[in-house]
Amino acid sequence: MAAPVIELTGARKTYHTGDIEFEALRGIDCRIFPGEYVAIVGPSGSGKSTLMNILGCLDVLTSGSYVLAGEDVSRMDEVALASARNRRIGFVFQQFHLLSSLTALGNVELPLVYAGVSPAERRDRAMVALERVGLGDKSRNHPGQLSGGQQQRVAIARALVTEPAIVLADEPTGNLDSHSTRDVLGMLDDLHSEGSTIVLITHESDVAARAGTVYNVTDGQFVGAGTEIAK
Amino acid sequence: MRPADLLASSWRAIRSHKMRSILTMLGIVVGIASVVLTVGLGLGTQKDVSEQIAALGSDLLIVSPGSSTDESGLRGGFGSGETLTLTDAEALASEVAVPDAADVAAEKTASLSLEYGESNWTTDVTGTSTSWADVRSRELLYGSFFTEDDATAAASVIVLGAETAQELFGSTSVVGQDVTIDGEAYEIVGVLAEAGSSGETSLDDMAVVPMTTMVEQLDTSGNSESVDTIYVKAASSDVLSAASQETTSLLLNLHGLASAEDADFTVEVQDSLLDAATSVYEKLTVLLTGIAALALLVGGIGVMNIMLVSVTERTREIGLRKALGAAPANIRNQFLIEAMILGLSGGAVGVIIGVGLALALPSVLGSTIVISGLALVVSVVVAVGIGAVFGVYPAARAAKLAPIDALRDQ
Ligand SMILES: Nc1ncnc2c1ncn2[C@@H]1O[C@H](COP(=O)(O)OP(=O)(O)OP(=O)(O)O)[C@@H](O)[C@H]1O
Ligand SMILES: [Mg+2]
Repeated sequence: MAAPVIELTGARKTYHTGDIEFEALRGIDCRIFPGEYVAIVGPSGSGKSTLMNILGCLDVLTSGSYVLAGEDVSRMDEVALASARNRRIGFVFQQFHLLSSLTALGNVELPLVYAGVSPAERRDRAMVALERVGLGDKSRNHPGQLSGGQQQRVAIARALVTEPAIVLADEPTGNLDSHSTRDVLGMLDDLHSEGSTIVLITHESDVAARAGTVYNVTDGQFVGAGTEIAK
Repeated sequence: MRPADLLASSWRAIRSHKMRSILTMLGIVVGIASVVLTVGLGLGTQKDVSEQIAALGSDLLIVSPGSSTDESGLRGGFGSGETLTLTDAEALASEVAVPDAADVAAEKTASLSLEYGESNWTTDVTGTSTSWADVRSRELLYGSFFTEDDATAAASVIVLGAETAQELFGSTSVVGQDVTIDGEAYEIVGVLAEAGSSGETSLDDMAVVPMTTMVEQLDTSGNSESVDTIYVKAASSDVLSAASQETTSLLLNLHGLASAEDADFTVEVQDSLLDAATSVYEKLTVLLTGIAALALLVGGIGVMNIMLVSVTERTREIGLRKALGAAPANIRNQFLIEAMILGLSGGAVGVIIGVGLALALPSVLGSTIVISGLALVVSVVVAVGIGAVFGVYPAARAAKLAPIDALRDQ
């Protein structure tokens, strides 16, 4: 089998709020391999978003180690983390997080801007990504001129454009109606079948049911091993 | 990140908040416009004064009675006393004693009432020699200056200043007419061209008569030998200081004085007047510039204030950019460049408004405003610098935001 994309060993995260310490992650071990579609489920406050921030290099572990695509990111400084996010991770957020001053195309180009890619190549790659999510004809629209589902598809295009090692989606359907939810989940299915590695965080079991493996988080720990879902 | 993308990103942020950007610029606009105006006004006034003084001639020595370097308070003060005489003036005119002097003119002035028909006008009447017009760099508008014959004969002739003629006759074309002083008629042989004013005294409201006429007919001082001022015109401005030394040593000799410290007269160079005036206007310029700098400081604080608001407002955007791979330096540079663009635009608009006012104001105020290209360039550079300096803190705040906190914001 190929080397894992994500290798989390004894991952712990402690938050300090004033004098109060809170252990949000209590020793998580987890390996995710290329092409896997993983769902992380659990009750509210169980530590799903904390885990996603760690996996996305937005935050660092208190102890334990995290190796992402062969790089140990657990002891990286801010600049190296920024570069790791840029190269390895594609984010899809619950609130879309598109910049309203940019067009759909401009938003999709943004990760490539920070990668230092030339404008011409940027446009081409962003256009390809937009076409892949079926929004080639909306490239000049600003986010305000798109529906919620379309905005989330632009966000997915933005996550894909760098060809990241992993696509991280935290409650990507949390702000969408049932039609758009089906739309976006279908999109993630397509990406998976095209070979992308996807980690999806959700508290809805029917959403999780689409993934190949489901991890259950409770009180900052995985409960049981990953459940393989038969298709 | 490519520099062009950084610029584009900052520019887009400014454009997407037009009103706020304009308000941020306003402080800088006002500051820079006032810098341009005040510096221009300072330079303009300096230029006016220099021109007035230069018009008097920069090759001129002014010898006055009394001493200006009077520390004991025992000797007569500057401009007072009757220590200069006609004999001194004649001696100074000698080519042997003062080889570097081209010409000499002594002045003896009395305030007298001139009459013509019903009108009368009191003005300073100066007795002097025929060399006066040349020494004082004066031209004649009409007629001619009095002659050597007039001087020898103590003739009743007079040359009027343009303003004096205007006051008495309502016209300057008055050559051949008579004015009456103390019941005596004086024939007007010439009218002086206008020369403006030198400090308090008008150079155009005056009358000139031969020294002999002054001494024999008009002098009221009771000391017919004394003169008020002796002007020594140097052969050229290069030999001015040589002429000054020769004048001083000759007069010390004539007055039987051993050293320059005992001098009962003062030899001044026009340049020293220029220096004094220049230093006054340099001080004025510094003061005005200080006020303008204060305006700029206020503008800079405005930039910082609004940039801080902008950072807070755009917390989520900053978080997103960081999540997508922006390093802290990318975020810091974006905000710094935003502040500098605001400074640059504010500075440019300020310069335009300042220059506009500088062009419009002189006709209203009657003062000269000099627009110096260097000052304009420096103004714009300063405006950009202010943006940078006051943008540093907000930019650092933005760069330091943790991506998870920034994304969670709202
Ligand atoms: N920055 C923080 N400082 C202190 N405590 C935190 C911080 N972030 C999260 N926590 C705590 O860590 C725990 C896990 O939070 P997390 O956001 O990971 O939950 P979650 O599983 O994503 O919940 P939800 O399903 O509601 O999104 C919570 O108890 C939360 O209060
Ligand atoms: Mg969460």
